[in-house]
Amino acid sequence: MNARVLLAAALALALLTPGAAAAERASLNEIEKQVMCPVCGTLLQLAESPQAQRERVFINHLIDEGKTEAEVKDALVAEYGDEVLALPPDSGFSLSAYVVPIAALLIAAVALAIGVLRWRRAGGGPDGGGAAPAGPSKRDAERLDADLARYDL
Amino acid sequence: MSFRSVIAVLGVLAVVGLLVFGLAIKGSSGLATGDPVPTSALPRLEGSGSGSLADYRGRWVLVNFWASWCPPCRAEASALENFQRKHGGPRFAVVGIDSRDLSADGQEFVDEFGLSYPQLRDGDGDVAHDFGTTGLPESFLVDPAGRLRLHTPGAVDEEYLSEEVAPFLPGAKS
Repeated sequence: MNARVLLAAALALALLTPGAAAAERASLNEIEKQVMCPVCGTLLQLAESPQAQRERVFINHLIDEGKTEAEVKDALVAEYGDEVLALPPDSGFSLSAYVVPIAALLIAAVALAIGVLRWRRAGGGPDGGGAAPAGPSKRDAERLDADLARYDL
Repeated sequence: MSFRSVIAVLGVLAVVGLLVFGLAIKGSSGLATGDPVPTSALPRLEGSGSGSLADYRGRWVLVNFWASWCPPCRAEASALENFQRKHGGPRFAVVGIDSRDLSADGQEFVDEFGLSYPQLRDGDGDVAHDFGTTGLPESFLVDPAGRLRLHTPGAVDEEYLSEEVAPFLPGAKS
């Protein structure tokens, strides 16, 4: 008996919690930010072409059928191909869109670190022990002294 | 050449290679008269299976790129259907390619205009890009050897088809 009451209470709680249903329910506003208008080459959110309007009708139809966000995006890919997604999928060749920039950054950071280390070892750094900057020549020093003496107030 | 120089040269080559690759896959590849036309397989709009322009070797083909959301495509649909009924046969066919369109919308368009000629589907627009289209509709007359003979950007009408396309066809009754 107690188990039944607990189960009923859990079910009621799940049904009454708005967040649970909302998390699953797809919304046109959210999907528009994640997919492209293939003809316009912009986010669907920013597109007003006839093709974009048809795409919105298609998305709304799927939402009304109870499809999740992922299912709607899958249906769009089936219609328009991978390029309809604003962010490329993280698998196959499209994975390179994520991996290449990160790898390039890492390589650049390593190259920079090696360069700085070598520069410091060569004495280029502030503590590298390189030669102190040379002072003015003897002739320049004499001219400087003479000028200072002339304008000394 | 020092190790560092080799690394630097490889880095530069990698960057240039990426730029060239990007340009190659994104750049327009418009066809010129006499060029062989792309023959990638495409799904059929109606029913299942796929088709390709290679299936029409030995026939003249008027390839028409269209979409249901495109008003000029609606304007020219009846003229293309009439042309197919007049000239279609073992030596000529109109082939429609529904580009960047929803399949259900495309099917509805075909039913609405009673289009009887074969229809392929180019959902991602890749084949339209390979043909070098810049908009919709566009038509390409392809000879029996699979080479482009006439390119028509924009909508066609009965007069254009009979004066510009029909003269190419063997035994044309223009």
